[in-house]
Parts: sequence; C-alpha cells; structure tokens
Amino acid sequence: MGFDLSPALISMKISLLSTTIIFFLGIMAAWAMTNYQGKFKGLLDGIFTLPLVLPPTVVGFAILLLIGKHGAIGQFLNIFGVKIIFSWPAAVIAAVVVAFPLMYKTSKGAFDQVDINTLNAARILGSSEWKVFSKVAVPMAWPGIAAATALSFARSLGEFGATLMVAGNIPGKTQTIPIAIYFATQGGDMRLAMIWGAIIISISLVVTILMNYWNRHQEGLISGPGRR
Amino acid sequence: MKIIRKILILFAVLLIIVFPIACENSDSEEKVVLTVSAAISLKDVMTEIKENYLMLKPDIKINLNLGSSGSLQQQVEQGADIDVFISADTSQMTALENKDLLIEESEKDLMGNKLVLITSNDSFLKEGTFYSVLDPSIEKLGVGEPLSVPAGKYAAEVFSSLDILESIKSKIVYAKDVREVLTWVETGNVEAGVVYKTDAIISSKAKIIATAPDDSHSPIIYSGAVIQSTKNTTESLDFMNFLNGEEAKSIYEKYGFNRL
Repeated sequence: MGFDLSPALISMKISLLSTTIIFFLGIMAAWAMTNYQGKFKGLLDGIFTLPLVLPPTVVGFAILLLIGKHGAIGQFLNIFGVKIIFSWPAAVIAAVVVAFPLMYKTSKGAFDQVDINTLNAARILGSSEWKVFSKVAVPMAWPGIAAATALSFARSLGEFGATLMVAGNIPGKTQTIPIAIYFATQGGDMRLAMIWGAIIISISLVVTILMNYWNRHQEGLISGPGRR
Repeated sequence: MKIIRKILILFAVLLIIVFPIACENSDSEEKVVLTVSAAISLKDVMTEIKENYLMLKPDIKINLNLGSSGSLQQQVEQGADIDVFISADTSQMTALENKDLLIEESEKDLMGNKLVLITSNDSFLKEGTFYSVLDPSIEKLGVGEPLSVPAGKYAAEVFSSLDILESIKSKIVYAKDVREVLTWVETGNVEAGVVYKTDAIISSKAKIIATAPDDSHSPIIYSGAVIQSTKNTTESLDFMNFLNGEEAKSIYEKYGFNRL
C-alpha cells in the first residue's frame, strides 16, 4: 500500500529498549536511595529527578554536548570508530535520560511505603540484602513499580525534543512517530499527522489500561484471597 | 487581622495577574508592529534590510519571524497574525494564493540563489561536483526536509538529476531548516550538507566544495507578498515596495543573492 510503517517500528524498538534499561537503573537507584540516609541524600535525589523538570531541549542540548563530535563521550567513542550522534542509540539515550526520573521517583515512593519492620524482620532472620531486596521489598512494592514502568514506557514513546536534537530525523533509522508527526504537519501533510496521532494515542491507551489491570490483579494477590 | 491578610493577598495576586496585561496594552497603542515571516536563509540580509527600513520609518516596529518556508506557510494557513511573508520557493506562495490568503497584487519575486555542497573547514574533500557526496568519507549528509524546506526540495532535485538520490538515501539526515544543516556541518556532526550559496558565504567554519548547475533544479526564487488578513495593510504594502526597490536589491546582491 506504500504507507511507511518504519516510524512505528523505530518508536517501539527505542521505547522497549529504553524502558528495559530504565527498569533496572530506576529500581536500583530507588532502592539505593531508600536505604541511603547520608548527607548527600537530598542532592542525589535532586539530580536523579532533574531531567523530569528540565525542558527536553535542555536535556537534548546536554546530551548533544556530550556525544557530539567535540563532546567527551563522542570523542571517546570516536576512538573505536563509533559515532553515536544521529543514530538510534542516541534516541535511546535521550529516552532513558528523560524517562528515568519517572521510574526512579515512582519506584522510590513504592519502596518508601513498604513497612520497614517487615524489611528489618527479614534482616534479623538472616536474609542477605539481596534477598531483602528481591524477595521482600520488590514484591511488596510491585504495584508501584509496575505503574512506574508504564509511565516510563509512555514517556519514552512520546519523547520528541531531545530525540530530534541528538538522533535527528532520518526516515527508516531515527524517525520516531512523534518526529514523523511534527514533520508531517510542517510539510502540510495533515492526513499523515492524524493517522500517526491516532496510532500513538491507541498504543499509549492500551499500554496504560493493561498496566492498570495488571496492577489491580497484583494488588489483589498481595492483599490475599477474599479481598478485592 | 485575618481578614486584612486575606485582602492583601488577594490584592497582590490581582496585581501579579493584571500587571503584565496592563504593560502590553500601553506598548501597542503607539507603534505599528509588522510581523514579517521570512525564510531562515534570509536571516542576515533581512536583519540589515529591517535596520535600513526602520531608519526611513521610525514609527514602525518589525518582528522578524524566521523558519523554513514550509513551516511559515503552515503558520499563515492556520491563521497566525502575519503581515508579510517571504519564502525561498514560489510554491509556498502559490499554495497561499490558491487559498486566497494573499493580497495578490503585492506578490513580487525578489531575488535568486544558488545551491551548494559544503563541508567543515578541516575536511579533506576537494572542490568538485555534487557527485562528491558519494565519497565514503561522507557518512552523514545534512539536507533540509524536502516537504517543508525548499533547500531540501532543491537538493533532492539535484541528486535526482545526477541519478544518485537512491544511493545516498542512507546517508541523509533531514533538517527542519537550512540553517540547521549549516550548524550541523560547522559543528562536524555531519560531514557534508546542502545549503544555499548565501548561507555558506556567511559562515566562517564551512567551505563550499561544489555548486549545483542551475539546470539541475527548479529556479531558486525568493517570493514575497502581503498576507490578506493583515491589520496593517498600508504599512505592509509600503514595506513590500521597499523590498522590491533598488536599495533593497543592492543589499540582496551584497549578501550574495542573485538579481532576477
């Protein structure tokens, strides 16, 4: 039919990969911060949350400075012949940076809700920190973590400003759905813009609804049988 | 006391809300403000034109709204408050004309340009033809997005006429306007780019390695007109006349644009 589906494939590839990365990074950071009571707690928390409140163009600018031809990371990678700017890995970096705070903040909120006595009980009974984390904290915080994952996925799917700056508009390689919509409207192709708009609304809606259903299912399991 | 505090807070909030609005109104009583949308490749020449015109007409203010001609055309179509529009391609003008959004008699073709291939100053590529884009040292080629950026449309035409458009497609990064291509080349984030001759001349960090023959693309014609919905018809028409006058045309030539 001739309709170029590549923006959908590129968007899914980038969002799934970045959400996976954020899932692990975010949970680890959230758990570390939950247990850390040192004097830099406020500062670290602020830094982790920062990309959430910064305009995406500032985030894009910062990444550009780092991975561009004259940037620290850019020059380092250049030694191995790797150029990351204007490639889809750059889009993944942008998505990870902007969506990380969502995963971090929401997961940390979930961990903070876990009764410290339960955790301490596990420790007293001889569990290693890893077991406390994986067998007690994470399962109890799971609904919050699931919500965080859904939010992060939606955010990385909708990432536009920073992605455009560091990955660019390369049809078939880095042209995500939001970028396709932007250039469609700039070029006067309103029909194309509406089609992609409808597609992304549908995807985001389905993901959010699914996450909500799973969330309530998990909560049902945690609250035990007979409770809803 | 509690009531006084509440009244004071309410008063402060009202002040904060009303103050910016009050300021805005007192400004706009005095001067006519023309919003001129111009293709971004006209950035430097239009800045000088604007300065010269304001010396002749000190009671006018001009806001230069720069962007790709396609984006600017969209703004007019969607109802933005634009007085004068200058595009880098006659097709945007024709599109607006067909929708009755222009004052047709005001439409004038103002100047021409040439399309060039540029690289950063420290590139090893030698001067040649547009076939140079096939060189393996050019991994990424910056080009305006053809639907919204005239320079991108012209570039596509040139590559088509050389029969290399398909082979270089994998190298192309689309920019939202021609000056973005220039910046990419200057910062080395792409190895080469296609811009107008006048953009390359302005830059001290990029060099021209090829000029496209005039017959390899449609004529590059900058066209200007007054927008139908303008609230400053007299002033806009006067500005349009100035743009079409001898003084303006010699300024265009100074910046490297072609006389028509």
